[in-house]
Amino acid sequence: MMPVFTEHFGNASSIHWFGQQAKTMIDDARSKVAKLINAETSEIVFLSGGTEADNLAIRGIAESQKSRGKHIITSQIEHHAVMHTCKDLEKQGYEVTWIPVSRDGLVDPGNIQRALRPDSILISIMHANNEIGTIQPIEEIGAIAEAADVYFHSDGVQSTGKIPVDVRRLKVDMYSISGHKIHGPKGAGALFIRKGTILKPLMTGGGHERNRRSGTENVAGIVGLGEAARLARLGLSTEMPRVEALRNRLEAGLKARIEMIHVNGEDAPRLPNTSNIMVDFAEGEGLVISLDLKGVAVSTGSACSSGSLEPSHVLTAIGKTPDEAHGSLRLSLSALTTEEDIDYVIHVLPGIVERLRELSPYYKKV
Amino acid sequence: MAYSQKLLDYFQNPRCVGEIVDASGIAEVSNPVCGDVMKLWVKVADGRIVDAKFKAQGCSAAIATSSYATEMIIGRDVNAAKSITKEEIAEALGGLPAGKIHCSVLACDAIREALK
Repeated sequence: MMPVFTEHFGNASSIHWFGQQAKTMIDDARSKVAKLINAETSEIVFLSGGTEADNLAIRGIAESQKSRGKHIITSQIEHHAVMHTCKDLEKQGYEVTWIPVSRDGLVDPGNIQRALRPDSILISIMHANNEIGTIQPIEEIGAIAEAADVYFHSDGVQSTGKIPVDVRRLKVDMYSISGHKIHGPKGAGALFIRKGTILKPLMTGGGHERNRRSGTENVAGIVGLGEAARLARLGLSTEMPRVEALRNRLEAGLKARIEMIHVNGEDAPRLPNTSNIMVDFAEGEGLVISLDLKGVAVSTGSACSSGSLEPSHVLTAIGKTPDEAHGSLRLSLSALTTEEDIDYVIHVLPGIVERLRELSPYYKKV
Repeated sequence: MAYSQKLLDYFQNPRCVGEIVDASGIAEVSNPVCGDVMKLWVKVADGRIVDAKFKAQGCSAAIATSSYATEMIIGRDVNAAKSITKEEIAEALGGLPAGKIHCSVLACDAIREALK
């Protein structure tokens, strides 16, 4: 990325040589991203990140298809970028069916089939959940969408680079990708838009990105995203099996050392890098702060950590009570996580949990 | 989240944790919004709080403010303890992030309830 700031600073829309140099770099990045998900290069649109990708897909279809219908189908465990976009469309007169999930955090494709109506225009179901990592049956939902002739978008921000993604096999029309979730830069993302998909752009202007996304390209961000995509593709077979083994080691180690903890989505297909555990008689924010003071960065679905004081909508959707969600901990691994890191967490977390439980008026030693 | 060193200290090393067997008053209060819980035991003699202990299940701010408030009321007379405000507790711990002020209400409510 650095040479883009210092030497190759051209505007990719300019016809002079350094503009064309920037264009070549973007084209190269585009083919790397396309290769990661088995798309054609012309089907990749660069934009600012996962949130914009989700917005462009959902609002773009809602706008272009409104004469055909105003019904959208999505799930109760989508990322806020999808959830709040759909809620906004509800205010604008669209009807949204919010498909529930099983206790394991999975969407039943039969529920999608049953929710379809003559005025359905879009199905948006995430590939893998950001909090619990469960992988949705996208291929089956894709077949349902194709048979019903309804557009199908999948938020692939969490799954890209973690599991193999083939947009042809999944039968998705749109697929969102974020740069920083695959070790690329923040502020860069992509949306796969299948050839022939009619969608109204969010940005009007100079007609960049084949009229899909106007605005001078963030060349450095795009180059970083392209390189991250290339490395992620290589890592699918080399790094991810190792990450999954580390995740399993983490969960087994914690379960052996801490009583009364549960792994959410444990029996469902899950991303190799995500672990969401619930700790009884301890509160998530206190666990996060305690781990942070020991140099471990994790997150929680506890109401106490959110500005809204609402527990995670994902944990609520898989049937957890606010009290249960209160003690949730989300641990994310990556290709950079080492065995030492995992063993350190297994070493420090039991003491932290024990300390917080000793403070609880409800905790009784078994 | 920007917590002060003092608040983190009270979270990491809470004072006055425990139960009092022959307590004069016990209160259990919970925050209906976030689910945090505090239980407080007080021992009163001649209108003065001679001992206080607490237990809490909640976020770091809830634990720190519960501990600080419990420590604060020991030695005070009952009416002075009842007049402690959530702002006083929050300020003493170096202030709380806006969304966290509700945590220290737990301690104030518990004090008033236990001293009823």
